[in-house]
Amino acid sequence: MNISRRHILVLLPAAAVAWKHVLAGTPEDSPNYKMSDHWWGMLIDIPKCIGCGNCVRACQTENDVPDGNFRTWVERYHVSDYHLENPEVISPDGGKEGFPAVKVGDEGKYFFVPKMCNHCSDSPCTQVCPVGATFVAPDGVVLIDPKYCLGCAYCVQACPYGCRYIHPTKKVADKCTLCYHRITKGLTTACCEACPTGARQLADLKNPKDPIHEFLKTHAVQVLKPQMATGAKAFYNGLDGSVR
Amino acid sequence: MNGLKDVGHLFRFLGLFVIAFLVFWVIRGFVVPKSFGEYGHYRGAAITEIANHPIKFAGHQACEQCHTDEAATKAKGAHKHVNCEACHGAIYQRLPAAEAPPESLYQRMLAFAGLRLPADPPLVRHADDPMSVTPVKPDSAVLCARCHTASAAKPKEFPQVDPAEHSGGVPCATCHNPHSPVIGSDTSATATTGGAK
Repeated sequence: MNISRRHILVLLPAAAVAWKHVLAGTPEDSPNYKMSDHWWGMLIDIPKCIGCGNCVRACQTENDVPDGNFRTWVERYHVSDYHLENPEVISPDGGKEGFPAVKVGDEGKYFFVPKMCNHCSDSPCTQVCPVGATFVAPDGVVLIDPKYCLGCAYCVQACPYGCRYIHPTKKVADKCTLCYHRITKGLTTACCEACPTGARQLADLKNPKDPIHEFLKTHAVQVLKPQMATGAKAFYNGLDGSVR
Repeated sequence: MNGLKDVGHLFRFLGLFVIAFLVFWVIRGFVVPKSFGEYGHYRGAAITEIANHPIKFAGHQACEQCHTDEAATKAKGAHKHVNCEACHGAIYQRLPAAEAPPESLYQRMLAFAGLRLPADPPLVRHADDPMSVTPVKPDSAVLCARCHTASAAKPKEFPQVDPAEHSGGVPCATCHNPHSPVIGSDTSATATTGGAK
């Protein structure tokens, strides 16, 4: 390639901008955020969920989640009187546009269960990553470094909750970041912001003033698949025994 | 001492190892990002990059700065816990490519040199340009039904209706004020429970 004076004139400022990005060390918009002061989780109050799909749509908007993939989704369980162990679970398009009407006369119980990354403190997904592209950040949020991810999808298989997918255009693993770009600036997550009933609440387990502590003391709260000892931090209130 | 007569080749071999290790160490210094290992076996700078993702839902506090009337009405009504963007959508919107502002000279120079990656259309915020960037006014017949359509899966205490039977297709906002939906509660400060029954 012949580098002319014109190319040099164009390339030099570009290189200067690139170098600025290389040198960028700390987030400029959240100077007061200290990772060691937080340990993030999420409280999901099943009896409050109305299955409107606001959280799914908000998450897609906020995080540019491609259609057909979900960082959070809502499932509707139908536990019939005769199949207590095998509930019927549906989640059409992640519950984004609501759910079909329940047939009149259908016996059994129905309820909604919002699902998302559980931000496990002993997460299986980070343990299997061969290149150090996914990790538990010092504030307890499980993140993916898209520049390091190879797209091998080991983590997609390892997640017992099915919370990861391979991004169709970026070809790297993708999942809920607990709206890391929001919570580090004092905002709540997009799904919590959009939930009309307060069925989702961001929780900071290291903050003694966070209402999560009182809630955990006074309610019967469970995590998904506790037998897998993942240290899940998505706490479910009113979780039915049939939920997988 | 005959055993050490030919020991020279071992030292040459050792020398090769030392050179190879130094080459490895120098290359590693260039290839491994500086922040790798800062917090653990990953690139510490990735945390900053993820934290710099643009925000689109500004939060109800941003809306309430200007829309004080609606905020006051809502604070007294049954929808006081529903945040503005839950119904009105995100305050930040992506401009359609056709309406994006003209590129700066510098951006065009980058494009000329083939250095620019295809970028997402720019984000604009209703709060920054309230006249030209306006959230779409939701259709109450669709919006309200999304939450309030009766279903056996919803909590019993949640106000639910069969929209067709309840209004016969008339938009909900004809009778209800969405910011304080209990009929007659617009001016009352006591309506805290229930909605459209």
